[in-house]
Amino acid sequence: MNIVRWNRPQLSTWGGFGGLSTLRNEIDRLFEAPLSELARASQFLSGATPAVDVYEDKENFFVKAELPGMKKEDIDVSLHDGTLSISGERKSEEKVEDGEMYRSERFFGRFQRSVALPATVDVAQIKAQYKDGVLTVTLPKAEEAKPKQIDVQVN
Amino acid sequence: MQTTLEKQTTNPRPEEFIAPNVNIFETQEGYVLQAEMPGVSKEGLEITLEGTEITITGRRGADAVPGQPLFRERNTADYRRVFELDPAIDTSKVSAKINQGVLTVTLPKSERVKPRKITVD
Repeated sequence: MNIVRWNRPQLSTWGGFGGLSTLRNEIDRLFEAPLSELARASQFLSGATPAVDVYEDKENFFVKAELPGMKKEDIDVSLHDGTLSISGERKSEEKVEDGEMYRSERFFGRFQRSVALPATVDVAQIKAQYKDGVLTVTLPKAEEAKPKQIDVQVN
Repeated sequence: MQTTLEKQTTNPRPEEFIAPNVNIFETQEGYVLQAEMPGVSKEGLEITLEGTEITITGRRGADAVPGQPLFRERNTADYRRVFELDPAIDTSKVSAKINQGVLTVTLPKSERVKPRKITVD
């Protein structure tokens, strides 16, 4: 992976490319090592930032987040400066006693996800529903954000 | 002890599926399998036992799309995963339940393989 933008140096101030390619390799190496580590951990991180969909119709925005196996008390939904935040803690439902773990792919722990809303919403009318492990937040648009039909006057 | 190994599926149908994340435990009584399938209700669930395999399929039925999408990152494909069963499992006693998108399958071991204490007279 090469995410470093390489700008060709001024030839007049540069003696040779040998040193440059060494420098470039060094920069690449510094960037690649932690990033590939991150990619490997992404499966675990995916649980910490649950997948989210945002929809809209004329009246509302809808935010859907995948949060399997939670209790509704453990989910926090808040709105701050036009940004909707969904956070909480995923706890394991039941401890399997004297159990030996064979496979552990599920994520448990704290998570947080924020979504910037494209328009102002009516804060008092926000509703959240949790069903089948999917949280649906319905955010009615504020009056000024709703599309308006303007009649054309003909004289 | 033979474990409940996952079997690689060789795309049985052109339909697209994603594999749900699972946790598997073994206890003295049997195995417990938990699979995360957000968006799947009891009605969308299908569990089949065939030979030495268990197939779990979850369909996102009632997860209706409201309005126009602005941003999507959730996968829309249904869930499917196949596991090979430990021969010690009593397939007639397998039970399953789903709660908030987490499927729990209980796979008890047959009586003859459970550890037993023998009292000494």
